[in-house]
Amino acid sequence: MTMREYMLGNVAIARGLLEGGVQVVAGYPGTPSSEIIDTLAARKDPDYHIEWSVNEKVAMEVAVGAAWTGVRSVVTMKHVGLNVAADPFMTLAYAGTKGGLIAIVADDPSCHSSQNEQDTRRYAQFALVPCFDPSTPQEAKDMLPYAFEFSEKFEVPVIFRPTTRISHGKSDIELGEMPVEKTAPNFEKLLDRWVMLPKNARPRHTHLLSIQQSIEDALAESPWNSLELKPDAKFGVIGAGIASVYAKEALVELGLEVSYLKIGTYPVPRKLILELLETVDTVLVFEELEPIVEEQVKMIAQEAGLEVSVFGKTNGFVPREGELDVSAFLEALKKTFDLETEAETSSTALELAPRPPALCAGCSHRATFYSMKKVFGKDAIYPSDIGCYTLGIQNGTVETTLCMGSSISVASGLYHAGEKRPICCSIGDSTFFHSGMNSLLNAIVNKANITVTILDNRITAMTGHQPNPGVGYTATGEPTVQVSLEELCKAMGAEFVSVVDPYRLEETQEAFKAAKEFEGVAVVITRQPCVISGKRAGIRRAPYLVDPEKCEGCKQCVKFGCPAIEFNEKDKCAVITSLCSGCGVCAQICKFDAILEVKR
Amino acid sequence: MSQAEQKKLDLLITGVGGQGAILASDIIGKAAVTSGIPIRAAETHGMAQRGGSVVNHIRVGNDYGSMIPKKGADLLLALEPMEAVRYLDFLKDGGVVIVNTQPIIPVTVTSGLTKYPEVPDILEFLSEKYIVKAFNADELAYEAGSRLAMNVVMVGAVSGYLPIPKEIILESVKALVPQKTIEVNLRAFEAGRQKVEES
Repeated sequence: MTMREYMLGNVAIARGLLEGGVQVVAGYPGTPSSEIIDTLAARKDPDYHIEWSVNEKVAMEVAVGAAWTGVRSVVTMKHVGLNVAADPFMTLAYAGTKGGLIAIVADDPSCHSSQNEQDTRRYAQFALVPCFDPSTPQEAKDMLPYAFEFSEKFEVPVIFRPTTRISHGKSDIELGEMPVEKTAPNFEKLLDRWVMLPKNARPRHTHLLSIQQSIEDALAESPWNSLELKPDAKFGVIGAGIASVYAKEALVELGLEVSYLKIGTYPVPRKLILELLETVDTVLVFEELEPIVEEQVKMIAQEAGLEVSVFGKTNGFVPREGELDVSAFLEALKKTFDLETEAETSSTALELAPRPPALCAGCSHRATFYSMKKVFGKDAIYPSDIGCYTLGIQNGTVETTLCMGSSISVASGLYHAGEKRPICCSIGDSTFFHSGMNSLLNAIVNKANITVTILDNRITAMTGHQPNPGVGYTATGEPTVQVSLEELCKAMGAEFVSVVDPYRLEETQEAFKAAKEFEGVAVVITRQPCVISGKRAGIRRAPYLVDPEKCEGCKQCVKFGCPAIEFNEKDKCAVITSLCSGCGVCAQICKFDAILEVKR
Repeated sequence: MSQAEQKKLDLLITGVGGQGAILASDIIGKAAVTSGIPIRAAETHGMAQRGGSVVNHIRVGNDYGSMIPKKGADLLLALEPMEAVRYLDFLKDGGVVIVNTQPIIPVTVTSGLTKYPEVPDILEFLSEKYIVKAFNADELAYEAGSRLAMNVVMVGAVSGYLPIPKEIILESVKALVPQKTIEVNLRAFEAGRQKVEES
């Protein structure tokens, strides 16, 4: 009997890596990719090295070093992480690999938890490396051992690109065997491959180009592409990756007799596309994000001199932004056949209150932002960064967010442009270690006059509480050196470094005042563990309540924006709910001493 | 209808981050796998879950993607009343809405930016097009021993509609809730199931 388990897509991907015999795993957390390493790090007695690296570039290079010894390695990240790791990756394509190397880069169509929706398949095209694009969590798991073998066969790194709905989808998964034998590492000194001097890079580029056709031919034969030709069908559908199952579901529901090509690898299987194009007169291409398959289909048709109408994103039949689904395919189908499309009817006649995500009850970021706003005021400029604290946009203290680490450098640019208003930026501890360090060093050396707030909640919170260099333990929980943020800042030349507890409003505001006065780069570290990981680590605080006798109904506490504070309109009195985590900040805000700690 | 067709069911679970929508969908998912029925599900993680609105798609007996098409869901299980209305586009006309009537007031309302609709108005609105089963699942969970078991009350409430035997769902509840809370959760499950059977 085969084993079937109900699994998260990322857990299935972790399982696929084990079935493929992975020996070194590195990555940086990023939604929707994080649970792959979380899963592998939580396994007892792992027979592989696993780490959360400080950023994606570093993680990529760790995986490269490992693969150059001949063992199988993997690096995981979200789509924008590959921008950070693009430097090693683009040249790695030339150098190639010995052991299989898979870069798992998870895309996020619709920006569920991201700052853009770039398509990693473009990177594969750009770097001239093969890319695997799974359509279901099961296929994702099954592809990985194949991807390792493929990488070794052609001695090239490969990209494996799940999307949010694969990574955070769940499915029944049929498990395979896990190999027992491990490869012994042996770094061969192939200097003409590992030293990318111009004299070595030139022939390696030629080599990479020369194997493209063989790569394409091998992928066309792989199980991840399939062509179903229906006799006499003049209409064909091409679906890629996860979009292929949406198209398939719609076609089966409608009972349409059309030819169908499913694509799961890049470079695209030219042979299969040609075979389809030779039998039909119209093709609808359905893929998420960029029109990558579509462009190839058009080129192939033109080169072969085939008169086929190709519909997709380039001519407005399929949206180029956002994620797709069965309904989007039906819409595209109707447009293709010029059928009437239903007008968007909203079934909601009821006015609903928006429910955006918010910082947790007791989150120290809210307290930091409160003090920051008090001291710097409405006039100041607040560049920020990427993390839970980006939600501080609701507090009026997040006014720019570009990419990881950019808060400090954008703040410097604002200052050097001549902005006279005070500039106070914010960055989380993990984001600071990721790439904010470089920005701080740059700001100090180039004499910016800004305040840098490091929101030190002792964890990488938003992606699911992964450790960072400040916490003192590794991905597997093993104790390691605990890097001091304050010492690090001082070592980089910061002359003003103040560490405060953001739950203490007065102390925090004093620090911000001094930072504001300081000429140069002032660093304020607001340190208080994340309420979620703190609770898990056993931090317990008595909750607070409102004394209705003393409450004047001024709503100052309500305006603080904590989800645990509500307002009773009937009694004109604030109410603290069971969500209260006991941070005590609202009690300090209340001018009437109406908020009290619950005595046990 | 073939046997496979009978086992097909598209269910949407909606609620607020932190209410346990993922555990509720896991209980159903695991039970489906034990019953040998294919299952697909889609969840809300990351930035989207910090106290925000969440929606899980669960497709029992499905071999394709995890996303339910618009107007494709047979059932909507809403852990919070306003969140029942937010995703109605996914529900079939005449579909069933099982709704917990205990509201959670979002910060946009407490801060005075907008208003929360009256719960009776929500239920009346839902009844216009759909079959509505409404009750306070938080209270039932409290009576069963813990408010935290509200999500399992709701799994109990939907269990009669699932093409999965009750015993298998109960096994799944036992396997997935914390060991110490099994008794409370089994009572919560029964309370929810009974509520819908009675209605």
